[in-house]
Amino acid sequence: MSTSILHRFEAALALLLAVMWISPLLFALWAAFHAATDAMNFNLSAAWTLENFRTVWAGAPWLQYAFNTVLLVTSVLIGQFILTTLAGFAFAQTQFRGRDTLFILVLMQLFILPEVLIVENYAVAAQLGLLDSILGIGAPYMASAFGIFLMRQAFKSVPKELDEAARVEGCGLLGVLWRVYVPAARPTYLAYALVSVSTHWNNFLWPLIVTNTVDTRPLTVGLSIFGAPENGVDISVISAATILSIAPLVVLFLVFQRKFVQAFLTAGIK
Amino acid sequence: MSDAVALARRRQAVHGWLLLTPALVMLTTFAFYPTVATVWTSLFSRGTRRRPSEFVGLENFERLFADPTFWQVVQNNLIYAGVTIPASIVIALVMALWANARLPAQSFIRGAYFTPTVLPMIAAGNLWLFFYTPGFGIFDQIGGFFGAPSVNWLGQPETALLAICLVTIWKEAGFFMIFYLAALQTIPPDLKEAADIEGASRWDYTWRVVLPLLMPTTLFILVNAMINAVKLIDHLFILTKGGPSDASKLILYYIWENAFAFFDAPAAAAMTLLVLGVLALVAALQFFVIDRRTHYR
Repeated sequence: MSTSILHRFEAALALLLAVMWISPLLFALWAAFHAATDAMNFNLSAAWTLENFRTVWAGAPWLQYAFNTVLLVTSVLIGQFILTTLAGFAFAQTQFRGRDTLFILVLMQLFILPEVLIVENYAVAAQLGLLDSILGIGAPYMASAFGIFLMRQAFKSVPKELDEAARVEGCGLLGVLWRVYVPAARPTYLAYALVSVSTHWNNFLWPLIVTNTVDTRPLTVGLSIFGAPENGVDISVISAATILSIAPLVVLFLVFQRKFVQAFLTAGIK
Repeated sequence: MSDAVALARRRQAVHGWLLLTPALVMLTTFAFYPTVATVWTSLFSRGTRRRPSEFVGLENFERLFADPTFWQVVQNNLIYAGVTIPASIVIALVMALWANARLPAQSFIRGAYFTPTVLPMIAAGNLWLFFYTPGFGIFDQIGGFFGAPSVNWLGQPETALLAICLVTIWKEAGFFMIFYLAALQTIPPDLKEAADIEGASRWDYTWRVVLPLLMPTTLFILVNAMINAVKLIDHLFILTKGGPSDASKLILYYIWENAFAFFDAPAAAAMTLLVLGVLALVAALQFFVIDRRTHYR
C-alpha cells in the first residue's frame, strides 16, 4: 500500500516540476494577451486583448527579421550539408597518409568555439567583406567539426557491398556518394538539420556583432533591440514580441516533438 | 600489378584531399587562423591614429591581471560554472528518471522538461523578466504573499548572478535529460528483475545499479555543461548587462565588451587566449579520460 502512495507522490512531484518548467512560457502567454497592469495583478477576469501584438507589429520590421532568420538557417544548412558530406565521406571511405592526424585537427574545432573567437572572426569577416551580410553570420559555422564527425559515423555504417555494386554499375566517386551514401544517411541528415536549424534560429552573440542594419538582423537580435529598456515597452509587449518570435520554432517542435528529441539524441550520442 | 595498386592508392589520396579541401579552407579561415591571430593580437598594443600598434610582449596580460574587474569576472564565471553544472546535471537526472518511469501524463512531462531547449537564450531572458521584476514579478508576488519584502533580484549584487544561473539551469537541464533518458532505455530490464528478486529497494537499485551504468553519460554531459558555462551568456544582454557593478558579468560577455564597447582588442584577445586554454583542458579531459572508455567505430 505504501508504495502506491509513494508512487502517487512521485507522480505529483514530476507533474509539479513539469508545470514549473513551462510556467515562464505560460506566464508570457497570459501576459501577451492582457494589458500590462492586469497581467501583473493576475486579474483573472481581465479582458483578453490583441493590443500588445498590434504594438509589437508596428514597432519593428518583424517580417524582415523573420525572413533574415529563415535565409540564415537555410544557407547555414546548405553550406553544412555540402561541406560535412564531402569531408565526412573523405574521412570514412578514403585512405591516405595523414588522414587520422587531420581528423584530430578537425575534432579540435569542437573546442575552439566560434563564440569565443568573436574578436578575430570579426577581423576575418571584415577582410573578406562579409560584415553585415547573411553569409557573414553563417560562414563561421559551415565547416562544423560536429557535422563532419556525424557524417563520418553515418557513412561508416553503409555496407561495403552497396558501394561496390554502384561502382560496378559505372558510378564515379561522387556518383557513389550521391546515389548510395547520401540516401543511406537520410536519418542522420534529418537529425543534423533539426539540431542545426534550432541552434542557428536561436544564435545571438555573433549575429549581434556582425550585423548592423535591418536588412541582415535575425529575429534574436531584432528581439533584443526591441525589448531594450530605452524603448520603454512594458512586460506585456515584451511577452508578445517573445511569443511572436519563438512561435515558429515552438510550433515546429510541438508537431515534431518525437523527431526533435530523437534528433538531439542521435546528434549527441554518436 | 604493384604499380596498379600504387596508382589506386595515389588516386584515393588525391580524392581524399579534394573532398576535404572545402571544409579545411573554411575551418582554417574561421577557426585555425583566428586562433593563431588571437595569439598575435594579444602580443601587440592597441593601435591609435597617433601611435600605431607595436609589439609589447606580455604587457596586455599584465594589464589584464592588474584589472580588478577581470578577477571579479573570473570569480563570477567560476561561481556560474560551480552552480549551473552540478545543478543542471542533478535536475536532468531526476527529470530523466521521472520521464522514464511509468507516470501519468508522461508525454506532457517530457515535453515540458524539454521545451526550454528549443528557445533562444534571448527569449529565455525576456520570459524570466516576468519572475524577477521587483514589486510585480512572480517571485515578489509569492514572497509578498508570505509577508516577505520586495527584492530587486537583478538589481542587487547579492542575487544578480544567482538569477542568471537559474535561467541557465532552466535552459539546459531538459537538454541534458534526453541523454540520460536514452541511456536509461538501454539498461536491460533483467537487471531490475534481478534486483527485485534480491529484495533490493528501488532506492538501492537506482543508487547501486542505475547510477554507475549512467557514468559515461554523466561524463559526456559534464563536458557539455562545462562548455556551456563558457558560452551561455546571451541572457546577460537582456537581464543584467553584467551589472550591478559587474556582479553578474561573465568572461565571454567581458570579452565582447572589451572588443566591441571599449574597442580594446588586445585585452579581448588576451582573455580569449586564456579561455581557449581552459577549453583545451576540457578537450584533454574528453580525449584522454572519457574517450578511453567509449570506442568509436
